[in-house]
Amino acid sequence: MQEVAERTVVDDSQQITDMKVRYKSGVLKYKQMGYWVPDYEVKDTDVLAAFRITPQDGVDPEEAAAAVAGESSTATWTVVWTDRLTDCENYRAKAYRVDPIPGAPDQYMAYIAYDLDLFEEGSIANLTASIIGNVFGFKPLKALRLEDMRIPTAYLKTFQGPATGIIAERERLNNYGRPLLGATMKPKLGLSGRNYGRVVYEALKGGLDFTKDDENINSQPFMHWRDRYLYCMEAVNKATAETGEIKGTYLNVTAATMEDMYERAEFARQLGSVIIMIDLVIGYTAIQSMAKWARRNDMILHLHRAGHSTYTRQKSHGVSFRVIAKWMRMAGVDHIHAGTVVGKLEGDPNVIRGIYDTCREVHVPKKLEHGILFDQPWAGLKKLMPVASGGIHAGQMHQLLTYLGDDVVLQFGGGTIGHPGGIQAGAVANRVALEAMVKARNEGIDIWNEGPEVLVKAAKWCQPLRAALDTWKDVTFDYASTDSVDYVPTPTPAF
Amino acid sequence: MTMRLTQGQFSFLPDLTDEEITKQVTYALDQGWAVAVEFTDDPHPRNTYWEMWGQPMFDIADAAGVMMEVKACRKANPNKYIKVLAFDNNRGFETIRMSFIINRPANEDGFELVRAEGPGRNVNYTIRSYATEKPTGARY
Repeated sequence: MQEVAERTVVDDSQQITDMKVRYKSGVLKYKQMGYWVPDYEVKDTDVLAAFRITPQDGVDPEEAAAAVAGESSTATWTVVWTDRLTDCENYRAKAYRVDPIPGAPDQYMAYIAYDLDLFEEGSIANLTASIIGNVFGFKPLKALRLEDMRIPTAYLKTFQGPATGIIAERERLNNYGRPLLGATMKPKLGLSGRNYGRVVYEALKGGLDFTKDDENINSQPFMHWRDRYLYCMEAVNKATAETGEIKGTYLNVTAATMEDMYERAEFARQLGSVIIMIDLVIGYTAIQSMAKWARRNDMILHLHRAGHSTYTRQKSHGVSFRVIAKWMRMAGVDHIHAGTVVGKLEGDPNVIRGIYDTCREVHVPKKLEHGILFDQPWAGLKKLMPVASGGIHAGQMHQLLTYLGDDVVLQFGGGTIGHPGGIQAGAVANRVALEAMVKARNEGIDIWNEGPEVLVKAAKWCQPLRAALDTWKDVTFDYASTDSVDYVPTPTPAF
Repeated sequence: MTMRLTQGQFSFLPDLTDEEITKQVTYALDQGWAVAVEFTDDPHPRNTYWEMWGQPMFDIADAAGVMMEVKACRKANPNKYIKVLAFDNNRGFETIRMSFIINRPANEDGFELVRAEGPGRNVNYTIRSYATEKPTGARY
């Protein structure tokens, strides 16, 4: 009869090295199973994740980190002998570091490394099924938040990345050196196709580059999709002819099935649209399918992030939006709503900066004060255009340009359509404010401080801008952010 | 009433003076970009290739030198569209970073929207420049 190994003498804070003891049936601590490896040397090909963990009272943070590593890779709740049929050391994710979080005594940042072979090439669905799978409901944790990830070059190279990218988008649109201007059509629900196209035409003729369907405009009784597309393309082409500029309208192809989405996308292509859009709620696989379709069909692909705030906004639990942005750059969309800082929706300036860098940079260096916890080289994946939308207006132009830079789409929906002089006047106000501000910045004017004067000066000859400034001058959305960064830069003393 | 072609960074502002153009050129040079001048009598929004007034000025580091070329181009093409461009050769960009119109024809003819009706209410749209009805040299 086989001798039964005695487990009671084993130190429960370390990996068990005696295999007989390790694989005795029963329950072990995750640390004992080998999911806590503090001296682990991270490989260049590892996928890395940083989780904010809030252990239940009395649960040791290192054990909690090991549990997250276990539950997001190979572990189950009890020991299984079938592990021994595999190279299980390799497949086990390893928690290799746990830091207390400044100002949050019950929270810790846990760093976990995953071997590349845990993941299927080019599949966001597969990556996320592990990383944000079962583990988020795991009882020994009160809360869990995925804060950041490092995707290794070897894995990135299996993803298509943005179908078009910022550079090719600008070259196709013949539009350089300033943010693009857009507007979401309002009211978002209820307009007939004909009336909807009217708003598109007025906004584009007035000076915007893009107009946009809202996330919940699909094919409702008041306006079926084909009707919308036909009227919108009349509006786009008419405005293009009137201005000599390439214009577009994001035709939302979001639908119940992939077959429906492909049908809508094909029709948009046939009508000559330069851009289509999808909603985040269609799911990662559908997003990747549409990104491949967009690459095949020379189409810019706009992503509306409908639904994200259900899991990105609270700091203790969920997935940070910088990770969603990273996944979406891999998945292959060209535009993503990424925050405004100054508008009506959530957005701490430092967090937004980290998200914009994730979308637009070739290499994103670790920067704790922007929430970026790893170096992330992008391995040649194209750049993803961030979109700033929600409660912004012409009077904030100097702040928007300073915070967000040139490679961004600024979307003024209410700020265009709600203009007292009409939609065209609203578009003119936004375009003049933007051009005046870019020109002033390039001339060396300190727009952060002198921006309001730049606007007032332009408003002297531009009546629509004057009306916009008068209407919205006092509108701000000054609430504390729920999603802020934990780390502030420590000033380095100068010697 | 003629139309106003609004391509480029500053077409919604009053036409830039030479002093203002110099400031924008200075900005481009300060970023390490090469400035170029291009002109056309075919302003169709999808006419990507305007005529080059020489190559991008990779080796001219002061705005005054660039402005000499701007002025020479304008003198030779007083009634055409002229734009100033800035090319960035840095990794991750390698594209145009600035583009603004600095000269226009006295009368901007604009474009006709040609509709070819098809089945199912589909319309094939073509945008045709009135100016390019005439041969080059006779436009504007």
